[in-house]
Amino acid sequence: MIQCKTSKEIGGMGHSMKRKEDDRFVHGKGNYTDDVKLPGTLYMDIVRSPYAYAKIKNIDSSDALKIPGVLAVITGKDLEQYNLHWMPTLMSDTQMVLPVDTVMYQAQEVAAIIATEKYIARDAREAVKVEYEVMKPVVDPFKALDSDAPVLRSDKEDKKDNHIWHWEVGQKEETERIFNEAEVVVKEQMHIPRIHVASIETCGCVASYDKVDNHLTMYMTTQAPHAIRTVIALVAGHVGLTEEKVRVISPDIGGGFGGKVPVYPGYVIAIAASFLIGKPVKWIEDRSENLQADSFARDYHITAELAGTKDGKILATRMKVLADHGYTDASANPSKFPTGMFSIATGSYDYPNAFMEADAVYTNKPPGGVAYRCSFRVTEAVHAIERMTDRYALEIGKDPAALRFHNFIKKDQFPYHSPTGWEYDSGDYEAGLKLAMKAVDYDNLRIEQAEKRNKGELMGIGLSTFTEVVGAGPSKDFDILGIKMFDSAEIRVHPTGKAIARFGTKSQGQGHETTYAQIIAEELGIPAKDIQIEEGDTDTAPYGLGTYASRSTPTAGAAAAVAARKLRDKAKKIAAHLLEVSEDDLEWEPGKFSVKGAPEKAKTIQEIVFASYTNHPQGMEAGFEATHYYDPPNLTFPSGAYICVVDIDSDTFEIKVRKFVAIDDAGHIINPMIAQGQVHGGLTQGIAPAMYEELIYDDDGNILNGTLMDYLVPTAVESPSWETGHTVTPSPHHPIGAKGIGESPTVGAPPAIANAIIDALKPYGITHLDIPITPYKIFKALKDKGVLDKNIVES
Amino acid sequence: MIPSSFDYTAPSSLDEALKLLRDLGDEAKILAGGHSLIPMMKLRFAEPEHLIDLNNVSELSYLKIDGDMLKIGAMTREVETEESTDVARYFPIFADVAKLIADPQVRNFGTLGGNLAHGDAANDQPAVMLALNASVEIAGLNGRRTVGIDDFFYGFYATAVQEGEILTEISIPIPKGRSGNAYHKVERKVGDYATGGVAVHLEFDEQGICSKAGIGLTNVNPTPMRAVRSEAALVGTILNDEAIASAAQYASEDCNPSSDLRGDVDYKRHIIRAVTKKMINKAKQRAFNN
Ligand SMILES: Cc1cc2nc3c(=O)[nH]c(=O)nc-3n(C[C@H](O)[C@H](O)[C@H](O)COP(=O)(O)OP(=O)(O)OC[C@H]3O[C@@H](n4cnc5c(N)ncnc54)[C@H](O)[C@@H]3O)c2cc1C
Repeated sequence: MIQCKTSKEIGGMGHSMKRKEDDRFVHGKGNYTDDVKLPGTLYMDIVRSPYAYAKIKNIDSSDALKIPGVLAVITGKDLEQYNLHWMPTLMSDTQMVLPVDTVMYQAQEVAAIIATEKYIARDAREAVKVEYEVMKPVVDPFKALDSDAPVLRSDKEDKKDNHIWHWEVGQKEETERIFNEAEVVVKEQMHIPRIHVASIETCGCVASYDKVDNHLTMYMTTQAPHAIRTVIALVAGHVGLTEEKVRVISPDIGGGFGGKVPVYPGYVIAIAASFLIGKPVKWIEDRSENLQADSFARDYHITAELAGTKDGKILATRMKVLADHGYTDASANPSKFPTGMFSIATGSYDYPNAFMEADAVYTNKPPGGVAYRCSFRVTEAVHAIERMTDRYALEIGKDPAALRFHNFIKKDQFPYHSPTGWEYDSGDYEAGLKLAMKAVDYDNLRIEQAEKRNKGELMGIGLSTFTEVVGAGPSKDFDILGIKMFDSAEIRVHPTGKAIARFGTKSQGQGHETTYAQIIAEELGIPAKDIQIEEGDTDTAPYGLGTYASRSTPTAGAAAAVAARKLRDKAKKIAAHLLEVSEDDLEWEPGKFSVKGAPEKAKTIQEIVFASYTNHPQGMEAGFEATHYYDPPNLTFPSGAYICVVDIDSDTFEIKVRKFVAIDDAGHIINPMIAQGQVHGGLTQGIAPAMYEELIYDDDGNILNGTLMDYLVPTAVESPSWETGHTVTPSPHHPIGAKGIGESPTVGAPPAIANAIIDALKPYGITHLDIPITPYKIFKALKDKGVLDKNIVES
Repeated sequence: MIPSSFDYTAPSSLDEALKLLRDLGDEAKILAGGHSLIPMMKLRFAEPEHLIDLNNVSELSYLKIDGDMLKIGAMTREVETEESTDVARYFPIFADVAKLIADPQVRNFGTLGGNLAHGDAANDQPAVMLALNASVEIAGLNGRRTVGIDDFFYGFYATAVQEGEILTEISIPIPKGRSGNAYHKVERKVGDYATGGVAVHLEFDEQGICSKAGIGLTNVNPTPMRAVRSEAALVGTILNDEAIASAAQYASEDCNPSSDLRGDVDYKRHIIRAVTKKMINKAKQRAFNN
């Protein structure tokens, strides 16, 4: 049960208050980028490459320019004149805005059309004639490292191969020794598929440059407006767009999930076009463009190994990653972490030793590597470790739940130092798994499964007991392009006791307008409904690095609490002044200070605020306003225990998720209803890669499922009825003990589902299948095992 | 959606629509529910210069029992076949198939006529119509003609509906004695076209011997396909396991699936065998349970 310190009227932490923003959304009054309508707007459309790798011989725009309403066709050569044809990526690599001579992936931007109507711009797309000389692309990342593979980034002077970087962490020699001597070693080769966030709103912008004021207003779908403004100033400062001349506004966002962190070429072209023409330029991607060209997520090939004893004690893990980055490293990771937080891959278990390494390669695919509802590659890590835990259990014939209890980091081991260098803040993994097992009636499920197996029916039970690492992050380790990953809150309370608070983050559906208000309500006792929250406008909000990687509550949420506490300290001084007592004689309860022993002598927070404008003590600064930039001392480590039960049709192999229980531990919960909603959405985005989603390319680099007809985003019909619950292990270093909830379910669900399906197939000797696991994949696996016709089909 | 430019007319009678078709020639396309046509226009796979919208032609929207026939106007929405009690009495297969056609939005607008006239072997209604032995009425300015369902599907997106013609009505014989029917398709997710689908309709004589069998297959042949050998394997039997197994086996052998993202040929044949067996059993069960 969640205890609330505040009344329902105040609506502080723990209240399932309805989302303030939903009124606007359910009335159709959201204001998204495509809703921004400025007078004189021009529309941009983009000509894209049909080939994965080709030389551009010629671009002939003459027919397009003859179409009435077409104003310009912009090519790489045009941008080259302003040195705007390349841009830096977040990982200090380089990415083309528009190509001058070579295209590197199918659907890459080749030219942009500016027209008076979007329909005209689209018509003109077909009229731009591009002559290509097609080359054989590098599609398979393993072949990218072959000595005869073409060097894709020949634009880089000393580049001799397609290798981007090597990274490693852990105890190499010691781990090797343990593996050589271990009683049991299990090993699997796995692929965490290339997927796409497929947010409902695609990407887009309205770039509006005012030639008279030399000022750019950029409305865009971005999760990190402040960082974007800085990047624009760094890239385009030389043409006059210095930081004070740029305003980035991120209006309502229809889903981000990491896909709206990067700077896409379309944004830059729109700015360039508006800058040259002096009119607003709107660019809104369509669904196919979004799916085919915008940043992918995941795409890690992992060789995972686990060493242990015969009786189930884990000794070491060894993981080797091959990361397919497409033609540039445009991952969205903190600068010092080329593999993000992948090194969390010892998970919830007390590993004495671990060694992990990764190599990244270039291929002829779109760039990306965004943290899709995941704190920087944690999903990949969790999948590997949770799969291998089950693989080990299978090998030694031990129940996967029992094996987990045997190896968990114990409650009293926190703060726990992992072999790859993390300091886990807190956790109680046993409690979570016990609760989940009780919720599914685990022992009886295993009995039912044994009976079903005797009848030849396929039923599986899968576990995932994962640890997340979120809230990037402490300034000593975390920055993006040098900017430290703090975040900010600014609270301004008006004389009548109502407030506005602004943040450096940006909600894309997470419910910040409600939860931030609840944090402030908790600390100040001002009703949450009286607190208006604003984000996303760089001219008004304090600087921050934005919302992704479950960082908003750990960073900006903490900033809100600290700023509110500064105000409460001030309130105390004013209350002492008004009540004519010393501060030590005062007692706080949410919403008022009263005199100890004389509760009738009290001042409400509203009275105190009013006094700060009308009757503040001499010598004290007037007003009621505070700002805080919060630099977290550590990351937070949410965890979860998930159990999934599947039934598989033994004729058609259709998979039904019968039951899914998710027990999360995100520390203190701000709004249980919103947290549950986050878990529901996240679990659905977890079932997606587990059973449905993968971007598929053929040998020529053609994307085979570039529309939602074949890129299978699950719907309510595919989603089981999620059962959720939680344990509460507060973060000891976070001001309100919260850890972040947005990503745990996406991170934790895929291995639970995969483990369940593979468990169902255990009688047929299947030890691993790559996600997404589909009926077709099961068919092929059984056929390869030669068990299809014998045991299943004719039964 | 950003299609190529087109003109749009919404006549209110069939006659008016036919005249427009004649006047506008082959650059005109009929718009029914739009749920096949508009996606193609969005991707610019279809770029008609004129759309003739039939949504105001109320004379084409009905569902009635007429003697020993169920008659369905071409503009009847999928959802109406799903919800009609007249239909449910004899043809529970309509509820089976409707549930597998996309989502309520598509079914609220997509029409039965459009589903057939689109001529796509991936659509589900064609296999159902084959199993039920339907016939289709087609109108032109020179009058109306009726085509048996076996003569309706010509090829990829091609049907017996010729230039200047409109599909107006679908007729399905109402079974007299004991009967049952069922449909299922394996799909990758809701709203997906079938990996393989099977429609089965069975009629029985008083001794419980199968007197008629109709089996239609979805998306495993260039055109919607009747499983002729499978039907023959059932008629005259009491549908014992052996007869059902051979019918299922024939269906999987006789279909001509192609390899794609949904699966390879082997897998699709496997699916057809498994689903044929399941649907025969289900139709049989329905026949003997009411
Ligand atoms: C997301 C999605 C998923 C879908 N999934 C499925 C599915 O799983 N199974 C399935 O069967 N269908 C599916 N459909 C298609 C849907 O059932 C369509 O509605 C149906 O195929 C076409 O009917 P319509 O009335 O929408 O026809 P329209 O799209 O309006 O027309 C289709 C074609 O038929 C022609 N036409 C229509 N009516 C007539 C007429 N009376 N006379 C002559 N020509 C005519 C049109 O000119 C056009 O060429 C799906 C559609 C969508 C959008």
